[in-house]
Amino acid sequence: MKTLVTRGIQALMVAVLIGAATFAMMRSLPGDAAYRIAAGRYGYDNVDSAAADAVRDELGLGGPALPAFLTWLGDLLRLDFGTSLVTGQPVIAEIGHQLGASLALAAVAVLLSLLIGPPLGIIAGLRPGGALDRVLLVVSTGLKAVPQFLMALILILVLSVQFRLLPAAGHGEARHFILPALALALGLAAVNARIARDAMARIGAMPFYSFARWKGLSPRQTLLRHGLRNVSVPLLTYLGLQFVTLVEGVVVVEAVFGWPGIGHALVHAIFSRDVPMVQGTALFLGLSFVLINAVIDLVTARIDPRRAA
Amino acid sequence: MRPILALAAATLIAAAPPLFADDTLDVIAQFEIQSAEPSTSGYIFTRMGVAETLTNADPQGAIIPGLATEWSTSGDGLAWTFAVRNGVTFHDGTAMTAEAIANALNIARAKPGPLAKTPVTGVEPGDETVVITLSEPFAALPAYLAHYSAQILAPAAYAADGAGVEVIGTGPYRITDLAPPLSLKAVAFADYWGTAPNVPKVSYAAVSRVETRALMAESGEADFVFGLDPASVARLGMSDAATVHSVAIPRTLMIKVNAGHPALSAPEARQALSLAIDREGIARDVLRYPEGATQLFPPSVGDWHDDSLTPLAYDSEAAKALLSGLGWTAGSDGILTREGERLALTLTTYPDRPELPLVAAVLEQQFRAIGVELTIDTTNSSEITSRHADGSLDLGLIARNFGLIPDPVGTVLSDYAPTGDWGAMGWQNDEIVELARSVGRGDGGDEERARIAAILQTELPIIPIAWYRQTLAVAKGVEGTVIDPWERTFGLPDLKLAQ
Repeated sequence: MKTLVTRGIQALMVAVLIGAATFAMMRSLPGDAAYRIAAGRYGYDNVDSAAADAVRDELGLGGPALPAFLTWLGDLLRLDFGTSLVTGQPVIAEIGHQLGASLALAAVAVLLSLLIGPPLGIIAGLRPGGALDRVLLVVSTGLKAVPQFLMALILILVLSVQFRLLPAAGHGEARHFILPALALALGLAAVNARIARDAMARIGAMPFYSFARWKGLSPRQTLLRHGLRNVSVPLLTYLGLQFVTLVEGVVVVEAVFGWPGIGHALVHAIFSRDVPMVQGTALFLGLSFVLINAVIDLVTARIDPRRAA
Repeated sequence: MRPILALAAATLIAAAPPLFADDTLDVIAQFEIQSAEPSTSGYIFTRMGVAETLTNADPQGAIIPGLATEWSTSGDGLAWTFAVRNGVTFHDGTAMTAEAIANALNIARAKPGPLAKTPVTGVEPGDETVVITLSEPFAALPAYLAHYSAQILAPAAYAADGAGVEVIGTGPYRITDLAPPLSLKAVAFADYWGTAPNVPKVSYAAVSRVETRALMAESGEADFVFGLDPASVARLGMSDAATVHSVAIPRTLMIKVNAGHPALSAPEARQALSLAIDREGIARDVLRYPEGATQLFPPSVGDWHDDSLTPLAYDSEAAKALLSGLGWTAGSDGILTREGERLALTLTTYPDRPELPLVAAVLEQQFRAIGVELTIDTTNSSEITSRHADGSLDLGLIARNFGLIPDPVGTVLSDYAPTGDWGAMGWQNDEIVELARSVGRGDGGDEERARIAAILQTELPIIPIAWYRQTLAVAKGVEGTVIDPWERTFGLPDLKLAQ
């Protein structure tokens, strides 16, 4: 209960801070916002002073900053996120559409990374210094070092262009998930394999683990009963942190794979000075960070054998 | 763990049915769909064959009938009567009437766009006709009606305030799923007034990264891929999955010059910059085009291109001589100075077209060779117009489309008579204003056009560099590709999917 209250206050502070920060940043960017918005709406062939003036008149741009910010905050309290300056659609509708696409992609990526990383890490951690452990160290360091942009292109080149197994980009069908999710998952798996390996090695060396073996449990039973639960605690905590990597990756990966998600929306909103969209997307990303950490707090509290006892 | 890995691998393979065995033609380009609003995203709807305009343009730029079958003008040139095509049905099943057309055009001209810049004073429905009244004669009006923002949608397509809420057009394809910002799906419209299209289903997807678009062409999963960079075109030329098509389009890569800048106000200074540019080199090595521009108007704009004009030359020695004639002398670092002022300029450009920053980098070298220091500022495209408005632009590297209206006089009027956001800046030439207006009214002809081209060639309020080519990759198995040089249509209804 106490965690939830703390997290609730945290969420409120995050909301105000993000709102203020994005507002201040968008205001202090160089260049005339009316022209940027006009370019976002009409494209570069059609942006001219007349279009910019029309945008300025329509949106009442260029007023003082403080009243504009307070209006936004007031609207926010009534759960009104405003309308996009470029498309004229309500921000909440745009985010709802895009956040869904991003969450689906992120969920598949995390799932995939959990299927790849921790199992390999645990096997490696059971025999620290073994062949698999050493190979895994090299592979995961290598994978982590490859920028996601490059990883995405390599996957497309190999799986789409060379072997023609999967579509290079697109959205709408199940097979469109695989490449972008894999591009995200490999980077995540590289790290959570290491986390799992270190946790396993540490736990495997602990007296209680040896005791479990000594009292007659098979290696398999020892792992299932005393290993996995302990390994999963640092892994889950780290998963919360990985959300940052995931958001960052989603921005890049969505652009490469033509995925209509929130990262893509954020980039375009910043480019065309769509302040309500930037505030809305940043707010949702920030709040989901708080939410995910709250959930992870609760879950680890439940499964950590030390606290559960 | 092995079973899990095996399962993952099996999923990968099982999830990969034959990719291209479908009856949908997939179009990929960089343009994102904002919404159902025709003034912002209308060009996607017209190119995909969903919405249509009163007039069309043939490949030579001649205006031909569209939803209007013919048109005529009153004796004083102040009223145009367009005959409405019979038997045209909107995608919602309602008939296209003169009232519906007048409604669509009146909404269009109230929004920012080319139509708002014409001297149109009213659009009224008549008896199977639409009458457009003007405050002064304007011969190019039919060309303006071919612009995508003048597309005719059903009355139900607009909200009460005129904003587009649904795309209800008359074209050969009817939208079944519009999912901004990235995709739309459409099927052949059974009650289309013209020839039924060959391909039953089409889809459009916006992919912002040029690398991905090229790879989609290379993997064969997209049938029609637009917006390829020169390097991808070279690589796709070797691929067996797609064929690269290319056609000259009425778009020119050029430098917009602030003629009000103290260092650039003399025509000789602008000529010197022009002489410093190795257009052949840029065209061949950066753009991979066969030739550079020899004048502003490309041969594809027909009437406006003048073969007898002396071509723009590359001669850095002559450039240096012109600048030294203006009082510039080389400083210790090779950069020219005059009265303590360095000849240092900022070139503003934008990355929306991937070749622009590349060309900017080459220009920096070529200008340095004649002692001009160039700083490149790659930013948002709107900075060109915004810096034009506040006078802070020195040079802008831009790609200007003369085919927005399929009659280049529209661009000439807005850019050079006397200045314009994407044309001349700080430049005043009364003669060109008169000439352009006379061509616009309809009483000026070849002679006036040639004079306009000649003035621009010697005065150089803008410095042409290259004429664009439209390149697209078409999957093997797609037949009947015709590239529209006016960038108005993808030509989907004429395509065939080979079995």
